[in-house]
Amino acid sequence: MEFHETTLANGLTVIAELNSAAQSVAAGVFVRIGSRDETEDVSGVSHFLEHMAFKGNEVHTADDINRIFDELGANYNASTSEEVTQFYAAILPEYLPTALEMLSALLYPSLRTDDFDMEKKVILEEIGMYDDQPTFTVYEQAMQAHFPTHPLGRKILGTTQSVSDLTADAMRQYHTDHYRTGNMVLAIAGRADWDQVCELVQTYCSEFPAGRTDRDRSSPAVGGQTQVLERPASLQQHIMQLAPAPAADHPLRYAADLLGVIVGDHSSSRLYWELVDPGHAESADLGYNDYDGTGTWLTYLGCPPDSVARNLERIHAVYEQVNREGVTATELEQAQNRVASSIVLRSERPMGRLGALGSNWVYLGRYRSVDDDLETVQGITVDDISELLAEYPLSAASTAAVGPLASL
Amino acid sequence: MPTTATIHTLENGLTLIIEPMRDVQSAAFSFLVPGGSLYDPAGQNGTAAILSDLILRGAGSLDSRQLTATLDNLGLQRGESVGVQHLGFSGATVADRLPDALAVYSDILQNPHLPADQFEASRDGLSMTLEAMHDEPRQRLMVELRRLCFPAPWGTPTYGRLEQLKNISSDSITAHYHQLVRPNAAILGVAGGVDPAAVIDVVERSFGSWEPSPEPIPETLEHSPTNRHIDHESTQTHIGIAYDAVPYRHDDYYSAWAAVGVLSGGMSSRLFTEIRERRGLCYSISAVLNSLPHHARVLTYAGTTSDRAQETLDVTLAEIRRVADGIELGELERCQARAKSALIMEQESTISRAGSVARDWFHLGRITTLEEVRGKIEALTVDTVLDYIHAHPPENFTVVTIGPEPLDLETQEVADGVS
Repeated sequence: MEFHETTLANGLTVIAELNSAAQSVAAGVFVRIGSRDETEDVSGVSHFLEHMAFKGNEVHTADDINRIFDELGANYNASTSEEVTQFYAAILPEYLPTALEMLSALLYPSLRTDDFDMEKKVILEEIGMYDDQPTFTVYEQAMQAHFPTHPLGRKILGTTQSVSDLTADAMRQYHTDHYRTGNMVLAIAGRADWDQVCELVQTYCSEFPAGRTDRDRSSPAVGGQTQVLERPASLQQHIMQLAPAPAADHPLRYAADLLGVIVGDHSSSRLYWELVDPGHAESADLGYNDYDGTGTWLTYLGCPPDSVARNLERIHAVYEQVNREGVTATELEQAQNRVASSIVLRSERPMGRLGALGSNWVYLGRYRSVDDDLETVQGITVDDISELLAEYPLSAASTAAVGPLASL
Repeated sequence: MPTTATIHTLENGLTLIIEPMRDVQSAAFSFLVPGGSLYDPAGQNGTAAILSDLILRGAGSLDSRQLTATLDNLGLQRGESVGVQHLGFSGATVADRLPDALAVYSDILQNPHLPADQFEASRDGLSMTLEAMHDEPRQRLMVELRRLCFPAPWGTPTYGRLEQLKNISSDSITAHYHQLVRPNAAILGVAGGVDPAAVIDVVERSFGSWEPSPEPIPETLEHSPTNRHIDHESTQTHIGIAYDAVPYRHDDYYSAWAAVGVLSGGMSSRLFTEIRERRGLCYSISAVLNSLPHHARVLTYAGTTSDRAQETLDVTLAEIRRVADGIELGELERCQARAKSALIMEQESTISRAGSVARDWFHLGRITTLEEVRGKIEALTVDTVLDYIHAHPPENFTVVTIGPEPLDLETQEVADGVS
């Protein structure tokens, strides 16, 4: 694997991790824009723009875009999170030129009003779809309870109201303000020729507008609220709890990943043995999510409503013990073996590497190889975990509930 | 490119397929073991699902926690699934740890403890899984659609039925294990950075003494299409439509696959373009070809707000039928391009390849080379695909909906479809 980096005159950074043994190549643009960059009056606009990307520009119609990607046999899509909008395609190496042309078309669509009106219907359907998925709903509620005064707490898709109220002009303005080279990185992983990549980005990306917008990276205040959404017809109760954890650029973020595996992995972990194995809960997981300037411990509990109180006590007891005593060397080693093998497996596919390549650049501003990741994971000690727990103990600052219970 | 797969059948009938791969550090396996939900005793749907959990709760000299710790130490990314015919066990890790992982699975399959004192926990766990699925209308819809569109017992819900769990006992799990889990008809697919001779050696040593047992033959019942609405306080109405197709082993399978690809093979396909892009009726709409050994159905899903659900159903059915009126060369070529690129990319994933060779053996009793599949896909023409569609027109629809209001299934679109 060889790493390359260049910056175009307009400020666009292009990075590539090339692997001549790969069968395919994956290309993606990571735009450092998401729901946390929105004001309340345009809530959902980042995600709306991700949809509008596929509506075509002055050269390619919407039908062209999908047809051409399909003609390449591309595996392509886009996604929006709180902080990043990404557009990507995995293709056979000979199709890289066309794929880059189409990715550039995705970033600067015409944003026609007719398309906006039609896509609004699709997005309202998407909101409806997630509404019928209680695990997704409880996540939205938990983020709102944890970040009540910060845009991280707002829904990525926006609400039915905010999306209905959004105007095409407001969307266009948001696009003009944010889709600038200083907010993006173009990443390529897999089999490609670096000189050709440089020529292609010159052809297709050199007209992207320069500039950048700043994001407030200070750590947001924690709400510590409890939100209960009662759904009497449901059989299962869904609980999600959030607590402060390291930010994306924190040196202990890898330790946080490992602690999540040790305490809350879904197939063998402290929570698994305490709650899932004995049949007390369907799910009891601890995860770690990282953002700019903050992070969250995310606890998810899915169980019958009448066992919620007892299960929350069980989780609390597990956390208390971990906070007090840390983890054992044996647990840590098992987690390291699991995480290391998952890194190796993911890295065997260009699409698997693309995500790591892009997000390391967005959050850390630098390249990390597979070996860097493996070395970091293997180097974490029990003391690192204790240091992490001292600063970010496992807890439940904010809580959301979706299901039959009217209160917790 | 000829196949590089090595096929080795043990004396007890277990078939081992090994596909060495270049430029990978990992190795993966996919183990298909007889004993899926098809064989759940009458009134005890969920037996196979509980066995799939209980079988991992201790085996050989290891108790439940020791077993899990051993697999974790091997860095195994593992998964268990319950299929119609098989219990599935899959795993992937760095290649040199594969032999140790397979040795553990030898105990899991041949010497499981199936501890009676953990049966209740296992059943409670499954009960909660089914309750969670009940709350997710899309999941519930697809389970019900499969149940109604395949002839019994081939559509038996793989994870069981909530109301039948109480009929299952620890003894019925043990009986299910002894009666069904056996090496004959078991398939182990391995792919990755491995030496076939070494894998054969490990598998012979680990599984060679496993005793075969007779194969039960399920009785297939008469079937006629049935429609159903399930009341649910959901935001969307979820629509499932199924119709007949030919299975993987059929000569016309790739034509059937292309016919579905025209409908739902990418974002330029018809359902996505007509229902979502042109009308904005749905966010999620898709059709897949689902194949069992002797039966296959196209399973279509659409989720839409309730006041537009009738239109969505009618337009979706109209699109499904319109394929018989003709397809364009470009539509077929896009399906072919997607398939060819997927075949090549599959060679980057040990997990995908292990799954593919095991599935191939199950359906065909042989391994199709990537070159052979490529040849069949390239040989498709608009005429061959249309010939297939005319010979197997979309009809005999099974329609299942979940949502606040039932839809009108007596419209021309549905009524025409039932022969």
